[in-house]
Amino acid sequence: MITATLDRFGRFGKFIWSGWAGLAGLSLLAALWQMGHDIYGDFILPAPLATFSTVISLLQDPEAIEISLKTAGRALKGFFLAALIGGTAGVIAGYSLATLRVVRPVLTVVLGVPPIAWVVLAMIWFGSTDGTIVTTVIVASMPIIFAGAAEGIATRDRGLDDMARAFGAGPIMRVWTIGLRHLSAHFFPALILAVGMAFKVAVMAELLTSTGGIGGALAHARSNLDMTVALAWILIAIIALIIVEYAMIHPVRAELERWREAAKPWGVKR
Amino acid sequence: MARSSKAVGCKTMSALVLKNIGHAFLGRTVLNSINLSVATSEIVALVGPSGCGKSTLIHIASGIIEQIQGSVEHGYNRHGMVFQDTRLLPWANARDNIAYPLRIAGIGKTERRKLAEKAAEQVSLEQIDLDKYPVELSGGMRQRVSIARALVMEPDFIYFDEPFTALDVALKRRMQDLLIASAQTSRFAGLFVTHDLMEATRIAHRIIVLDVYGNSIIGQRPIPGEPGTRSDIEVFTRVQEFLHDDPLFRHIHDVDERIVA
Repeated sequence: MITATLDRFGRFGKFIWSGWAGLAGLSLLAALWQMGHDIYGDFILPAPLATFSTVISLLQDPEAIEISLKTAGRALKGFFLAALIGGTAGVIAGYSLATLRVVRPVLTVVLGVPPIAWVVLAMIWFGSTDGTIVTTVIVASMPIIFAGAAEGIATRDRGLDDMARAFGAGPIMRVWTIGLRHLSAHFFPALILAVGMAFKVAVMAELLTSTGGIGGALAHARSNLDMTVALAWILIAIIALIIVEYAMIHPVRAELERWREAAKPWGVKR
Repeated sequence: MARSSKAVGCKTMSALVLKNIGHAFLGRTVLNSINLSVATSEIVALVGPSGCGKSTLIHIASGIIEQIQGSVEHGYNRHGMVFQDTRLLPWANARDNIAYPLRIAGIGKTERRKLAEKAAEQVSLEQIDLDKYPVELSGGMRQRVSIARALVMEPDFIYFDEPFTALDVALKRRMQDLLIASAQTSRFAGLFVTHDLMEATRIAHRIIVLDVYGNSIIGQRPIPGEPGTRSDIEVFTRVQEFLHDDPLFRHIHDVDERIVA
């Protein structure tokens, strides 16, 4: 028990420490941004530092927090519904290959329709409400989650299934201990992709339907030609996404995928 | 010697009886009228050329696939199984892999841990290895884990599906000795699929031979003496006799790579 806790603590520490590499990459991006600012000037591309200070002053305003939470709430509502429906349907389709064959072309069609088209349709169906945003988010992110779940189950190691059956495992036991564990390898990358998609689509739909949120704030900044505030809102949207991704998806994934860490050869681990 | 249609067995109490088994994949017959029985505490080696349906037969006997014809009667309480490709769960460490059958049986976590460690001891796995994941273990260690997994429920019957085929010669011998020793202490019966006559002659009480096309059991040979007590020279001479003088083993090394068992 104590060693398990220590082990977990150690892994957490290692994860935090690996943040330096991420920070280095982001600093590089900021340096490029600064260079762009130096060439094109304040109006086209405000300086990163000015943008950061705008972000900080914006976040001190309770109203801005409320706006961000509104967008995050819409994106997450859509994302969770998409994960639930897409995940369940994907698992079923993964086990029934006939269903998968029927659904695959449908997925291609749904993925091929640009999210902006869904915004237009949802606006006609629901008007300028929360429903429009959530629907668009669901439609945009569900196919990705569905495909990840179906692929995860369909590519499971049937040898392991046979092994479990030889030791007397029933179908539910096999889904629980083998199917779902195997699923995670494909499911989590799909979830990460989908949560990013959910935020992007939510902001876009808000901007188009003028229903407030970060999208609404961006529309406002655009009409004022206020580049600094626009960039600040973009940064806030990204920060919200990063918080969601690293607070909700990565910890679960790290817990389930611990064995992959062990599978990495020396030299890749650190 | 060919006793194709009658059940092949020599002791009275049967741990496993296969009656008139027939199977086909997508209309292609792979097994036809197979009759065999395994007595309690008896290790039977099932040999036959590659692609003759040995694996299919053992999968039918262990309940992984359902036969199209015939019946399978289990005279034992529980069985375990060892596979050629070990089939360990890659996401679970050695201890949890060994305990997997206990988890299926719904046994509590502490009890699982205790029993798994006991089974690990039986196959000389050390505590330090039990925390490792399958990827961190060598081929031989993985096979030890898979044998421990088969032993953990204290079964009275174990199916072996070519378990040592992929191992090198020295390791194969070690694993065979391990198997012979645990069969003697735990007194389980077993059906051991292999195409290595040397292996069959070392570990089994009796060898039965499957036809090249899976068309019935074409014969059997009892091997004198208990497994583990036979000397290397004895085993070697017997295998040479089988291969050169016994018509039953004439096709044992026929290989058709196109056939997938």
